[in-house]
Amino acid sequence: MQVDRVSITNKASKLVEELKNRHGEVIFHQSGGCCDGSAPMLLPKDDFYLDESDIHMGNVAGVDFYMNQAQYEYWKHTHLTVDVIKGRGSSFSLEIPEGYRFKIDSRLFTEEEQKHLST
Amino acid sequence: MSHSKPKFQEKYGNFIGGEFVPPKSGEYFDNTSPTDGKFIAKYPRSNKDDVNAAIDAAKAAENEWSKTSATERSMILNKIADIIEENLDEFAAMDTYDNGKPIRETTMADTPLAVDHFRYFAGAIRAQEGSASELNTNSVSLIIKEPLGVVAQIVPWNFPLLMFTWKVAPALATGNCIVIKPAEQTPSSVTLFAEKVKDVLPAGVLNIVHGFGPEAGKPLASSPRVDKVAFTGETTTGQMIMQYASKNLNPVTMELGGKSPNIFFNSVMDKDDAFLDKCIEGAVMFALNQGEVCTCPSRMLIQEDIYEEFIEKVIARTESIVQGDPYDMKTQLGAQASEDQFDKILSYIKTGKEEGAEVLTGGEQFQASGDYKDGFYLKPTILKGHNKMRVFQEEIFGPVVSVCTFKDEAEAIEIANDTLYGLGAGVWTRDGHQLYQIPRAIKAGRVWVNCYHDYPAHAPFGGYKMSGFGRENHLMMLDHYQQSKNMLISYDKNKLGFF
Repeated sequence: MQVDRVSITNKASKLVEELKNRHGEVIFHQSGGCCDGSAPMLLPKDDFYLDESDIHMGNVAGVDFYMNQAQYEYWKHTHLTVDVIKGRGSSFSLEIPEGYRFKIDSRLFTEEEQKHLST
Repeated sequence: MSHSKPKFQEKYGNFIGGEFVPPKSGEYFDNTSPTDGKFIAKYPRSNKDDVNAAIDAAKAAENEWSKTSATERSMILNKIADIIEENLDEFAAMDTYDNGKPIRETTMADTPLAVDHFRYFAGAIRAQEGSASELNTNSVSLIIKEPLGVVAQIVPWNFPLLMFTWKVAPALATGNCIVIKPAEQTPSSVTLFAEKVKDVLPAGVLNIVHGFGPEAGKPLASSPRVDKVAFTGETTTGQMIMQYASKNLNPVTMELGGKSPNIFFNSVMDKDDAFLDKCIEGAVMFALNQGEVCTCPSRMLIQEDIYEEFIEKVIARTESIVQGDPYDMKTQLGAQASEDQFDKILSYIKTGKEEGAEVLTGGEQFQASGDYKDGFYLKPTILKGHNKMRVFQEEIFGPVVSVCTFKDEAEAIEIANDTLYGLGAGVWTRDGHQLYQIPRAIKAGRVWVNCYHDYPAHAPFGGYKMSGFGRENHLMMLDHYQQSKNMLISYDKNKLGFF
C-alpha cells in the first residue's frame, strides 16, 4: 500500500488539462497567507524558481505539486485534495482568468496511512 | 444620512494617460457583488498591451512630474484628500458593494483613513529635507532625494480604496509616476477615484490597469521599464514578483500574510472596568472586516488562570455581533469578499474540527435574508485548540479565531513566535513591565499594546519573517520611493597632485 499526500478531483483535473493545453507545462505551488493565499497556485513550469526549500509532495493530473518546506512542517499530517470552485483571485495562478479558483480540501491522515506515505 | 447601493455604468475602461480607454483586446470581465451575488459592471480584462500603454503614458509624464516642487505635489495631494472627503459617502457605498464590508466600516474607517493618508503625505513631503555634511575643509557632501521614476503597484481587495491610497499617496508625494493594478474583485472605488481626480493630477502620472494576475499583473511586475514593484498579496505570488524584480535589479516591497497573536495576560481580569471592556472588544477584533485583514488577530492566547472567565465574555460579545444588511449602519459584520473565500473558510473550519479543535461559537454559514440571501455570510467563529493545528498556522482570512492558553510569559512568547509570519500582534496587560517587554520579544512588525487594528498614517506598518519586508505609512515610506542622489562637491582650486 502506498499513500499519496495529494490527490485531485475529476473536475479540477479536467481544468488542469485545459490549462496545460493552453499554457504548456505547469506546476502547482501551495501558497501561504494573505488575501488570496492558502490556495494552490498553478504556474507555468519555468516561471517559478524551485529549490531544496520546496518539498515535492506528489503529482496530480500529471502536474508536480510543491510546498515550501517551512509550511510543509505544519501541513504534513494532512492529506490534501485539489478541487476547483468558481471564483476570483488576485494572484498569478493560471485558472483565475477562466473564473475559477483551485482550492485545497484537507483531512487528517490515519495512523495506518502515516506508515505508508509515498513521500 | 441614508446609505444605499451606488449606481454604476455598464462598463468601465482603464485609466491611462489621463483618460478612460477601452482594453486593446476589447475583452471585459464581469464584476459581481458579494453582498447579493449580483452583477455590478464590466471591467477591462487587460493584457500586456494595455500594461505597456500605461507604462508609455507614465514614462511620458515622468520628466515633467519628477521636476515638480514638493509644494506643488503637496497641494495636489491635499486637493485629492478634499475630493475624497467631499464624496465620502459615495466612496464608502462603492467599497461596501464591491467588497461586502459593512457601510459602518467604509464610512468610519476606510474612507476617512484614505483622506488622512493623502493629507499626511502632503505634509510629510514638505517637511522632508536632504542633508549636507562638511567632509573636510574643502569638500561638502549633499544628499538630495529624487523620485525613482515609474513604479508598479499591485493592491489587494480587502480595503480597496485604502490599500490603493497606502501605495499611491507616498509614490505621488515623492514625484513618481504610477501604473497600478487593483484587485479584480474590487475595481470600483479606484475607478471612481480616477473619475474624481482626473482634472487635478497631470495626465499619465497615475495609470490604472484592470485585469487578472497572470494576464495583467505579470507583465506589469516583470517589465524592465518600471523602477520599483510594490505588492500586497500572498507568498507564492510575492516570491514570483521578487524573481521578476531580480531580473531587472528592481527594488520591491512585499506586504504578505500574517497569523497574528493577540495575547491576554491575567491582569486584564483584575478589575471589571472600562479597560476590561476594551480588552473584550480587542479579542473580538478578529471579526473586523470579516477577518479579511492581513493583521487579523486570528490567534487568541489567554493566560490559563483567567481562561474560563475571559472566554465566556469573549463568546458573549462575539455572539452579539450584528450581521445582515451591509447598508445598515448597525451592521457590524458583512459578507466575505467572494465565493471562493467563503468556501475556503468553511473548509478550514472543517479541517480544524478534524484536528480536534472545539467550536466555541459559530462555525457555519450565516443565512442573510431578503436582498442579501445569495451573499457570502459567515457566523463569527471561535475555535479552541493548540498552536500546532493548521487553523493556528494558516491565514484563513475570515472571521475565525483560534484560541489557546498559556502558563506564563515565556510560554506566551514561545507560542506567539511559533509561526511562519510576523506581521501584527496584540498584547493586553495592566502590568507596566509586560507592556514593554513582551512586545519587544515578539517577532512582528507591528505590536499593538492595549489596543488593536489601529492604522494611523503616522505609524509604520510591515512584516518580519514570511510576512514580507519594507514598510507602509509613516514618513519612512518616502524613502521607499526615492533615490538618494549624492553630490560630492569640492571647493578646492588646487589639484590633488596624483597626475
